[in-house]
Amino acid sequence: MSRIKNCFAKLKQQNQTALVTFLTAGDPDYQTSLSLLQQLPSAGADIVELGMPFTDPMADGPTIQKASLRALANGQNLAKTLEMVTAFRQQNQTTPIVLMGYFNPIHHYGVERFSKDAANAGVDGLIIVDLPAEHDADLCTPAQAVGIDFIRLTTPTTDDKRLPQALNNSSGFVYYVSVAGITGAGSATEEQITEAMSRLHRHTALPICVGFGIKTPEQATAIAKLADGVVVGSALVSQIEQAASKEQAVDAVLKLCNELSTAVKQLKK
Amino acid sequence: MSSTYNAPDAKGLFGPFGGRYVAETLMPLILDLDKEYTAAKNDPTFLEELAYFQKDYVGRPSPLYFAERLTEYCGGAQIYLKREELNHTGAHKINNCIGQILLAKRMGKTRIIAETGAGMHGVASATVAARFGLPCVVYMGSTDIERQQANVFRMKLLGAEVIPVQSGTGTLKDAMNEALRDWVTNVADTFYLIGTVAGPHPYPAMVRDFQSVIGKETKQQMLEKQGRLPDSVVACVGGGSNAMGIFHPFINDKDVQLIGVEAGGHGVNTDKHAASLTGGKPGVLHGNRTYLLQNSDGQIIDAHSISAGLDYPGIGPEHSWLHEIKRAEYVSINDDEAMEAFQTCCRLEGIIPALESAHALAEVIKRAPILPKDHLMVVNLSGRGDKDMQTVMSYIKEHQL
Repeated sequence: MSRIKNCFAKLKQQNQTALVTFLTAGDPDYQTSLSLLQQLPSAGADIVELGMPFTDPMADGPTIQKASLRALANGQNLAKTLEMVTAFRQQNQTTPIVLMGYFNPIHHYGVERFSKDAANAGVDGLIIVDLPAEHDADLCTPAQAVGIDFIRLTTPTTDDKRLPQALNNSSGFVYYVSVAGITGAGSATEEQITEAMSRLHRHTALPICVGFGIKTPEQATAIAKLADGVVVGSALVSQIEQAASKEQAVDAVLKLCNELSTAVKQLKK
Repeated sequence: MSSTYNAPDAKGLFGPFGGRYVAETLMPLILDLDKEYTAAKNDPTFLEELAYFQKDYVGRPSPLYFAERLTEYCGGAQIYLKREELNHTGAHKINNCIGQILLAKRMGKTRIIAETGAGMHGVASATVAARFGLPCVVYMGSTDIERQQANVFRMKLLGAEVIPVQSGTGTLKDAMNEALRDWVTNVADTFYLIGTVAGPHPYPAMVRDFQSVIGKETKQQMLEKQGRLPDSVVACVGGGSNAMGIFHPFINDKDVQLIGVEAGGHGVNTDKHAASLTGGKPGVLHGNRTYLLQNSDGQIIDAHSISAGLDYPGIGPEHSWLHEIKRAEYVSINDDEAMEAFQTCCRLEGIIPALESAHALAEVIKRAPILPKDHLMVVNLSGRGDKDMQTVMSYIKEHQL
């Protein structure tokens, strides 16, 4: 069974919701980022999403854009991101790692080579923002062939008519982008999310994680009631942006992760 | 190449280029746009309305002018200028904007967004939005705002809101990212008026179709004047909309040579140019697969050109395809060469061309002298140079010309 499947199966047994945390690989630098990655699971992250920095992150808000630029300025690239996952796997064999980003750096690295290297490094899933189902052949099929899950984004604009197509070939879990917008922007109401969850459940048996606009432990608790997983990104990344030193950045991220985890785990479904 | 050119396919692919590489939020919208555009282009009422605005608002057809003094100066091929700079708003951009605003109206959209580099597409978007009474937001890089102040002022006069984009180098690429972010956030009521033959399908094909009026007229005008088609057609290429507009109706006329001129900046062997085909590699950006300027990690490199309108690290996907199947030839012209051609055109023809068009003119001035006197060459004069006065003044001062 894959790490992602295992993770959700275990949480289901415990009647709990997954906390999915996002950080950009190499932000603010390789060592700090690796250290954060290694400590996130013990701070309560069930799944770690690792952003692959890109110069032109069209669907991201200013917080994640800046994180990408910080990482790139410090020499992060795709090879180093995979290296980071390899280093993480030497200590942790259970926490799923999902790489999130845009297609061009992978296209440039070579799709076959990337799929093989990512699988060897211990990557469990991919979320590629600019690869809708219409472009499955570009990466989804080759990645799934080597055992990597391809996680699809669904949004408020993905209606019932489109959902079967949007979810075609998706695996691991479904990422529901709760607002039509960029990362770190506004948030959806509980009512909207409840409606979206029941709509999505009619089309898929996969776990559904909800992200975009979730910043506080209170918001995380509210979403945890409704979804199989809660994704927090910009709020964690902004801790790095605001910190006065690298040590402070690590402390602040782990502290918020702990608080979010406590908020999500207090809930028994 | 097959005998009849019929790209793109239903998925919006020109060979391996094009496609729809966008966030899921935009997919339903883009599919809807494709459906609406397909219906509109087969609807006589829509086409009639478009023809009316092209004629009475834009001022078409634009003349095909024999550049007698430039021809004499070069001493070879006969040079014709397709006078797109005489259009309302001073460039070819209005051809596409009129088409897209009619489509936006047909789709019931109530807000227009656009991105702009040199400002000509921004001005054309602001113009049509004013004409049809829709609010318009234009994203423009802060560097471009600095060097194109006259156009920023024009957009504001026309009632548009111009939003400066600070990220990256503050040029067209960054403005396009920001426009996409706006669109993702305001999908319900907003129409994104893309200014070039790039972006997710159907934009590259749709913008090309609206711009093809340039090539169709050229064909007819050349037949009237010379009784035959031109031997070569030359146009500058940034994203490539004026070039696609004049090239497309000639694609099946195999004897007509098509020449696209990219911005070579300080030289394609330096790191300061905007020549995506000459100096780039295939990749995926802004919704399509095409040639891009990128580093060894697949990160996008900032483009450079003296012309703000050519300063884009990508190119329309159809140009990538025409390049690979060798139906069009792509060359590059440096900043200095463009500036010299700019001055030559001013002095010999009494026409101040846009710096974009000056790149095409520079290639013509290189080629025409060694071509026979019966060679008919058309250059698309895509826009007028009023907007570039600040850049030209600084250049002349700096080079003590």
